[in-house]
Amino acid sequence: MNIEPIIFYFFSAILVAASAAVITVRNPVHAALSLVLAFFTSAIIWVLLEAEFLAITLVLVYVGAVMVLFLFVVMMLDINLVPLREGFIRYLPVGALVAIIMFVEMVIVVGSNRFGLDVFGAGMKHGPDYSNTKELGSVLYTVYVYPFEIAAAILLVAIIAAIALTMRRRPATKFQDPSKQVLVKRNERVRMVKMAAENKTTPNE
Amino acid sequence: MIETLDTAMGGIPQVVWIVIKILAIVLPIMGSVAYLTLAERKVIGYIQVRIGPNRVGPRGLLQPIADGLKLMMKEVIIPTNANRFLFILAPILVLAPSLAAWAVVPFDEGMVLADIDASILYILALTSMSVYGVIIAGWASNSKYAFIGALRSAAQVVSYEIAMGFALVGVLIAAGSMNLTDVVMKQQGSFLHWFWVPLLPLFMVYFISGVAETNRAPFDVAEGESEIVAGFHVEYSGMTFALFFLAEYANMILVSILCALMFFGGWLSPFQGIPVLEGLFAWVPGIAWVLAKTAFFLFCFLWFRATFPRYRYDQIMRLGWKVFIPITIVWLLVAGAMVLGNVAPWFD
Repeated sequence: MNIEPIIFYFFSAILVAASAAVITVRNPVHAALSLVLAFFTSAIIWVLLEAEFLAITLVLVYVGAVMVLFLFVVMMLDINLVPLREGFIRYLPVGALVAIIMFVEMVIVVGSNRFGLDVFGAGMKHGPDYSNTKELGSVLYTVYVYPFEIAAAILLVAIIAAIALTMRRRPATKFQDPSKQVLVKRNERVRMVKMAAENKTTPNE
Repeated sequence: MIETLDTAMGGIPQVVWIVIKILAIVLPIMGSVAYLTLAERKVIGYIQVRIGPNRVGPRGLLQPIADGLKLMMKEVIIPTNANRFLFILAPILVLAPSLAAWAVVPFDEGMVLADIDASILYILALTSMSVYGVIIAGWASNSKYAFIGALRSAAQVVSYEIAMGFALVGVLIAAGSMNLTDVVMKQQGSFLHWFWVPLLPLFMVYFISGVAETNRAPFDVAEGESEIVAGFHVEYSGMTFALFFLAEYANMILVSILCALMFFGGWLSPFQGIPVLEGLFAWVPGIAWVLAKTAFFLFCFLWFRATFPRYRYDQIMRLGWKVFIPITIVWLLVAGAMVLGNVAPWFD
């Protein structure tokens, strides 16, 4: 008996259930947490495909950073779900149409005539010495170095643009400059004064 | 991993063997956590010229057991209108990653549960997951203090993760591998061959980020008791609270042992390469050295807590983003140049 299919179907079932929960549960925080579960489960399925580097990176980037910020925002939103669900029946035909078109498009692109076993052949099994991380690195920095660098440059531009968009200076607001506070010396805040002792006067006179 | 499971189906003993190994790692960690709490109270006690707990058992040595029993006996209270499922799930989500990360930590050459190539990345991924438990705990408790604590913790952990990740990139540039065993073996020679010399700024950034990541003083704004009572775990009691406590201390031990492995030569003897002393200390097993180094960093954690006042929130953010990240980026270039230039004695 082979344990691999059991692992695959077990985690696939969790993945499908979690993905379905993302769009069906009422509470947005629960939806975001289901998405986290979906990411994590797909990382496990990637490990089954011997892509351990990508799997760990998926957990690190999406689960560890992106979804934390997502959850951060979702928790602070005060969403009233009733008005959001108002037009559900009215827009259902349009939504269904869009869904069908997307489904057909995806089948055309990633259908079995392009990615089937007869096109690619069965995946090769590697021994325990095989390092997917090393393979990925050696291809990424030789064969695909230009696409890789271009993607990096685009991401950098996007980061700078996002920061530039959110930067706004309002001259009226007052804020502290921690670096000045850290650099402050004792002499600037406290003055030691030498003075003669004052003459004591009796209070009841 | 798949191969292991495949062969395991043929003969059950391998599964049993793995379980035994896991227990051999987890049980000592739990024991260390229990006695780390006692060490913390004793060390801080002596720093503040007190004696610390000395009533239970000889010299107070049974205090952690009494504490554990007390926490187990206490009632687990679930607040009104709290999200019951997430409220119970949160402490588990905090503890599980901090224990799972130990799977790739080597204690001596070959003494590791899973000797995988991407072990540094694996640890980074798992430690970044424990923040979920904190956020969920804060949200599910239905309490304002807990929620503020959770938000603070999320922002802090995400900020310091970047600096921590960059520091680890420096280590893997220097070692040329993400496998922790290889990282340690690259540092052979003498204590000057260890990576703390060429990567000193990265070591400082890593250790301080580790303190911030574990929400320890002086970065403990997530539970700052003078402002928000106890932060994210204010509504927790009994065993659920104990799980948060366990996770925090297990994370401290993890950060300390990683410092020892990546910057201080792991299980390598500090007397390596010194003529007479090397022979004198040759009988000490490697695991003793790595545990001694870990103990030193753990002591630093306690020392920090007794020494520094809590950082202000905006200063924490400034330190993470404006000081640590630029330092790490600059030192990555320096480390890369040192590796390319084959600078002796580390990279020749």
